[in-house]
Amino acid sequence: MDFRILKQKLEIGKRIDDFLDNVSESGLLFKLGVDSYLKGNVESFEKKLEDITHTENQGDSLRRSIEEQLYVQTLIPESRGDVLELLENMDTLLDRFKGAMWRFEIEYPTIPAEFHDDFKELVACVVDAVEAMVRSARAFFKDIASVADHMHKVSYWEKQSDKVSTRLQRNIFRQNDLHLSHKLQLRDFVMHVDQIADQAEDVADQLSIYVIKRSL
Amino acid sequence: MFVFFLSSGLFLGWSLGANDASNVFGTAVGSKMIRFRTAAVYCSIFLILGAVISGAGASHTLGKLGSVNAMAGAFIVAFSAGASVYLMTKARYPVSTSQAIVGAIIGWNFFSGSLTDYNSLSKIVSTWVVCPILSAVIAIVIYKLVVFCIYTLKLHMFTQDILTRFGLLLVGAFGSYSLGANNIANVMGVFVPVSPFPDISFYGWFHLSSAQQLFFVGAVAIAVGVFTYSHKVMATVGEGIVRLSPVAAFVVVFAHSVVLFLFASQRLQSLLIYLGLPPIPLVPVSSSQAIVGAVIGVGLLKGGRGIRWRTLGGITSSWLVTPVIAFILSFISLFFLQNVFEQEVYRSVKYELTPQAVERIQMAGISLNGLESVFGKEFANASQFRKAFTKQKMLTDKDYNFIMASAEIDNLIITAQGLDVIQNQWITEAHKEALRDLEGRHFSHKWLLENALAEKSALWRSRVNDPQYNSDLRSSIDYICTLFRPDDD
Repeated sequence: MDFRILKQKLEIGKRIDDFLDNVSESGLLFKLGVDSYLKGNVESFEKKLEDITHTENQGDSLRRSIEEQLYVQTLIPESRGDVLELLENMDTLLDRFKGAMWRFEIEYPTIPAEFHDDFKELVACVVDAVEAMVRSARAFFKDIASVADHMHKVSYWEKQSDKVSTRLQRNIFRQNDLHLSHKLQLRDFVMHVDQIADQAEDVADQLSIYVIKRSL
Repeated sequence: MFVFFLSSGLFLGWSLGANDASNVFGTAVGSKMIRFRTAAVYCSIFLILGAVISGAGASHTLGKLGSVNAMAGAFIVAFSAGASVYLMTKARYPVSTSQAIVGAIIGWNFFSGSLTDYNSLSKIVSTWVVCPILSAVIAIVIYKLVVFCIYTLKLHMFTQDILTRFGLLLVGAFGSYSLGANNIANVMGVFVPVSPFPDISFYGWFHLSSAQQLFFVGAVAIAVGVFTYSHKVMATVGEGIVRLSPVAAFVVVFAHSVVLFLFASQRLQSLLIYLGLPPIPLVPVSSSQAIVGAVIGVGLLKGGRGIRWRTLGGITSSWLVTPVIAFILSFISLFFLQNVFEQEVYRSVKYELTPQAVERIQMAGISLNGLESVFGKEFANASQFRKAFTKQKMLTDKDYNFIMASAEIDNLIITAQGLDVIQNQWITEAHKEALRDLEGRHFSHKWLLENALAEKSALWRSRVNDPQYNSDLRSSIDYICTLFRPDDD
């Protein structure tokens, strides 16, 4: 027990912050990437895809080093398991953003112009949900009393994204001049994006249990 | 022979380390905030420091309970207490060494026909109930305060973790220091008058008295106990009663230290008297009871659902069983040592209402009418004397204690050899001057020596409103009595 531990703890705190920055950044990159795709700007889209892949790799290695340090140095013994689970769940959100981007790259779906606004709105809701989740996670480390405020917003954005996704799917299937196969492909894309918000809400639910466990 | 007798003290020290030391770091180790090895190292270092630096202030209430006056008797008392604590440690229950010693001393009192001071006994036993309750209340208050601070300061999880760890180490070190200071007298106190170690001075700036060296040896025995055997009791304290969060672990050790401080600080008592407030009585309280009380306090604050009442019941009954085992062990072993190994396990203290004693008692306004038949008659021990005069007269406790003290026969001769060997920090040259004036005189009662000294110098008189001075005075007089009593050589 000496100043070395103090330094290590400050370091790990910074690493967790960096990791959460990565999650937040991946959401923003996803939003920009989808915008570029809808505008037909392939070059910009590919650049964003490259960036999000890099961010995801960075996030993975940060998460691994945090996990190792937490276990090897027996830091925060009481909340260690919860913290690790939280970080892994947050990493899944990051993976999902990257996965969605790759799906665009692989399938190159044709999205009719009349769905562009709804698509953008859906992406914005999902990114806001994840952003609120990142804020909740930060509060879990820094100011546990305010976690509930941020988690409330996660639920709000998840509900919004559900509404937009339902509306969008309905409109897709009511569009008569599209093939069923095209409709199914678009529906899959909408659901894939919407599921990111669902996942964020699941993480928030688990976080609320960690908060109860940590409450003094 | 000294080394042989000392071995039981070392055994008691070892069992103290194995049991009581777990209180201080048990919750920290239980909540996985501090590794056992780190805890053991810190605990040992501060125990030894506490014993050597502050160990001199012995607990007088135990002394009042009965004064074991022969080496072999002290050996058995320490051995019985050590063995009963060891048994409880085996069973993984946190018990108190003081409880075991109280049981063993009462065993010696019964065997030697000495009287047990029921006033002191009831005072000690009542703390066994008051101390856990007080500790629980203090733990609840501290916990509320700490939680308020954490929420107000909005500490980062890792900062809170660092602060809790440092806090645990800090209060743990403080607790170990107090444990060493308070308990070393239980372990080694009886051997101080016969310590063979000469004083050591390191180049004039660092001085180790004979008693301090003895305390150091005892503290090392305690440290060995911590390293070799305390792990299991730590688990009971740390996880057995209720699972504690690191912050709660800190609060528990902190509350325990506050309780020990409240009951043991002579400075606090002087301060309260100085401020005109009622003082807290100085009673040796058990750290085990303080810690268990604090753990329950925190458990109750969280709704009490997490408390394992079965374990708690086991601990409470072990508190009742420990003094009983120590009593039985002490009584039986004394019988064997005296009758099989032919060792003197007690120096018989005779009682007689000598003319001086009668005069002193009557001067104090206590009537001795109806007791004339007892005047000048020698009684072999306190019980017989008590029987003889309680049959004839009803007395208040205070009067009765005064008569007992007045009639106790002693054999004190102030000799030049005795004056030469005085090694006591409290006794200054001015004190010794008064003693030298009495050289060659014989005193058949201890109080006669006290009066003679008080006449010679104001330094030997007790002072109003200075309990610290008076208690030092009493222990110094007890100390010089051991030097000037020819039988004790």
